[in-house]
Amino acid sequence: MIKLLYFASLRETLGVAGEEIDASGCTHVQELRAHLAARGGVWNVFATSKSLRAAVNQAMAGADGAVKDGDEVAFFPPVTGG
Amino acid sequence: MSVSVQEADFDTGAEIAALSRNDDGAGAVASFVGLVRGGSDGVGAMSLEHYPGMTEKALAEIVAIACRRWDVRRVRVIHRIGRLLPGEPIAFVGVASSHRGDAFAACEFIMDYLKTRAPFWKKEETATGSRWVDARETDDAAASRWGAAEGRD
Repeated sequence: MIKLLYFASLRETLGVAGEEIDASGCTHVQELRAHLAARGGVWNVFATSKSLRAAVNQAMAGADGAVKDGDEVAFFPPVTGG
Repeated sequence: MSVSVQEADFDTGAEIAALSRNDDGAGAVASFVGLVRGGSDGVGAMSLEHYPGMTEKALAEIVAIACRRWDVRRVRVIHRIGRLLPGEPIAFVGVASSHRGDAFAACEFIMDYLKTRAPFWKKEETATGSRWVDARETDDAAASRWGAAEGRD
């Protein structure tokens, strides 16, 4: 299982803050995004958004970031703190 | 080196004083305070969301990079979360160093990196509703001018 977290505007778009999914076929962030986009509807944002960021186990990760069973993967818009 | 993510307000004067307390080798303290801007922006309040766990790690990593890069004696970073009103402080970065050059540079670097790498998101409340603040390209430019520092030095 992979623990997924969604933040800020993405969380509001999806209507959910997080979930656990069985994504054994996904070895990289890019595949996880495709897996989520395949749900259709609001989840299309994972296919269409160029600005969406990802973190794997609480460290920023690119599309080629590796993911494995037990990881915590977060998706969110570009950060705007400070 | 100390990092706090908190709802509570902070005492800027006390934080600045603490940076050089009992350290007569400190010749300079530089600090930055970020405030909620109201006025012409029409912002009535601002809510700050963050990613608990990652936020603290990201801030600590940014401070660690600054400490490797400059001669820094003490660093204090505070970032508030929750609902804030115009004029209230959001963020504090303070750096004590032997000389002003390192204090100024490290302080600005930490702030620039925080803006593009620490997982905080601002939502503004206005008279017509609330809106998520968009990231600005100028923030990316400000962070990138420091070069790809991490992991190399």
